[in-house]
Amino acid sequence: MATEILMPALSPTMEEGTLAKWLVKEGDTVKSGDILAEIETDKATMEFEAVDEGIIGKILIAEGTEGVKVNAAIAVLLEDGESADDIVASAPAQAAPVEAAPAPVAAASAPAAPIVDTSPDWPEGTPMKQQTVREAIREGMSEEMRRDDTVFLMGEEVAEYEGAYKISQGMLAEFGAKRVIDTPITEHGFAGIATGASFAGLRPVVEFMTFNFAMQAMDHIINSAAKTLYMSGGQMGAPMVFRGPNGAAARVGAQHSQDYAAWFMQVPGLKVAMPYAASDAKGLMKTAIRDDNPVIFLENEIMYGKTFDVPDVEDYTVPFGKARIWREGTDVTIVSFGIGMTYSLEAADKLAEEGISVEVLDLRTIRPMDTAAIIKSVMKTNRCVTVEEGWPQGSVGSYISSVLMQEAFDYLDAPVINCTGKDVPMPYAANLERHALITTDEVIAAVKQVTYK
Amino acid sequence: MAARKTTKQPADKPNVSADELKALYKDMLLIRRFEEKAGQLYGMGLIGGFCHLYIGQEAVVVGLEAAAEEGDKRVTSYRDHGHMLACGMDANGVMAELTGREGGYSKGKGGSMHMFSKEKHFYGGHGIVAAQVPLGAGLAFADKYQENGRVTFTYFGDGAANQGQVYETFNMAALWDLPCIFVIENNQYAMGTSQQRSTSSAEIYERGKSFGIPGEAVDGMDVLAVKAAGETAVAHCRSGKGPYILEIKTYRYRGHSMSDPAKYRTREEVQKMRDERDPIEQVREMLLTGKHATEDDLKAIDKDIKAVVNESAEFAKNSPEPALEELWTDIYA
Repeated sequence: MATEILMPALSPTMEEGTLAKWLVKEGDTVKSGDILAEIETDKATMEFEAVDEGIIGKILIAEGTEGVKVNAAIAVLLEDGESADDIVASAPAQAAPVEAAPAPVAAASAPAAPIVDTSPDWPEGTPMKQQTVREAIREGMSEEMRRDDTVFLMGEEVAEYEGAYKISQGMLAEFGAKRVIDTPITEHGFAGIATGASFAGLRPVVEFMTFNFAMQAMDHIINSAAKTLYMSGGQMGAPMVFRGPNGAAARVGAQHSQDYAAWFMQVPGLKVAMPYAASDAKGLMKTAIRDDNPVIFLENEIMYGKTFDVPDVEDYTVPFGKARIWREGTDVTIVSFGIGMTYSLEAADKLAEEGISVEVLDLRTIRPMDTAAIIKSVMKTNRCVTVEEGWPQGSVGSYISSVLMQEAFDYLDAPVINCTGKDVPMPYAANLERHALITTDEVIAAVKQVTYK
Repeated sequence: MAARKTTKQPADKPNVSADELKALYKDMLLIRRFEEKAGQLYGMGLIGGFCHLYIGQEAVVVGLEAAAEEGDKRVTSYRDHGHMLACGMDANGVMAELTGREGGYSKGKGGSMHMFSKEKHFYGGHGIVAAQVPLGAGLAFADKYQENGRVTFTYFGDGAANQGQVYETFNMAALWDLPCIFVIENNQYAMGTSQQRSTSSAEIYERGKSFGIPGEAVDGMDVLAVKAAGETAVAHCRSGKGPYILEIKTYRYRGHSMSDPAKYRTREEVQKMRDERDPIEQVREMLLTGKHATEDDLKAIDKDIKAVVNESAEFAKNSPEPALEELWTDIYA
């Protein structure tokens, strides 16, 4: 049966091209792989090969013709025994109609009372213990390694050195070198190896000595870990945790002092936890390890030694996507997370002395984000200040502002203010560093501004 | 642990039976015909975006799959259609993924460069050059951790061999004795840049020496040589001796992707390779001269393969586009 040879699309964007030159003539016998013609696309001159074998029966488009549409018939190929007289001209194939994109769902202008999980993290009367954030993270990891032997810890200095920040102290002794693994200084490589191991069913916990070094591993975190579940149509994903200290420590300069919360928050496929209190560090760590998705777990060096009450129970977990109300108030809502909570709570204490009642929300996880809790609180207070150490442009706070503007505009009595770190690389000098970071005074000033006091 | 070079598998002493030789022929021909059809569908606008064809390189993956056992893993780059067919994935599902349809391996959400099959232990299909190298070592890490005796074939090209993460991975794979076969598919061109212009070493496998990883160069147009080298590598890895490097010298006939005019080499260079070194023609000759098959036998094989490929194209055209709800699924497990 005679087949039409169609004008090919030879680039992702080509819609038409020039048939520059025929390299065969009518009557020629061709086999697959033979070059039939040269075609000029919008980018280059390409050779066009035959796919089927046969005889060139008729050339329909002369060489030199410009503007030949993709899929227009340019020649007819005959099988043995057919004659060019058999050819019946046919209309060029029609391009498939493009399906109209669905209209975006309009955001509700004012929310009905949002549904917020306000259940307490632990029942009243639960026995408590005092624990540092460092101990809580270690206990969370160790408990999960005891209950699931596919969980392992890898990173620089995690085993024999017992952790650059002593998070993994004692873990090599308990779990052995098979499950607590020292890596060379090679973040890109070991992040990739851990991601591959997670595809095969293990649950790696990858420690970055600090998240600044995770920039070397960014491709595997985003392209390999976060996107594979989607790209595989749900067949395989990366159940793993990337963890380590994030944000400014003290006097370590620009390359070691960056808060990555806003960066990771942007990526569908990742979850992002950033605990403040030790109980949350433990409970969120256990949830992170059990989660079937890649979780970014952002710790803070300054917080490691801080002590909090932690429930002294067998298996304490904290769900993702549930904010914690640290302090109830009526005049303004402060939304924060991680070390930003330190400034927020301090500011709330001082403002209370001046008669301003502040509600303080700790997001605990940035993605998923408990926006319902934020909206519910703002519906009560009508004012909001966000607090974080990261940079202002594209900050977590700017996202919260946009959510409030779209979903709670009618409830706002003042513009939302984002208290962030300054828009500068972190300086080394002690006085400059203090000014580059967020301060409690700035949070207080922001609250007074939105409450017009 | 010295690196060594293999010679070619002598044609008069094939390391396979007549039936196995026929199977290798069939597997290679399936890839060739499938890729030609994919190129055609791309030309018709049914396949979009980037599409990297494997034509010319068929002996690499077919030879190595002949050395693999059930349960062994494989991972590769974006030039992945051949690997999927060779490990037994369904041609319909692969072609329908190329056309972005519901019946594709990733429900149309991955495309040519991002396909996976848990069932066939195929771990992608990765679009970032060399990212699959540590991922493959990670799969081997999991096998070692689980003590299951499996090995992983980690494929990458001569272009990827210049990425730093390859050497980070070599270091850890050697340090931890990971059962990983690093397969360098050296088709001589990193997109448009020839090996001479991009790579300081003439023999890339020799870079393994500095990590203590043994390796060899293999004639990648000779499927029996590839199979023999694959068997050596598999035996090494499976016995717990750690990774192994196979630098398989091959050639791609088509451009880097469908939109590559391939002006960096002459038409004569490609034609010479096709005429003199074609992996499928070589086996065809062997089958005929050894009287393992007649012309009619081969015609019948050709016909069967055409039927499979045509059916895959029909399936890929007729499978519906994914439902719009699919936009929002598989983001989180």
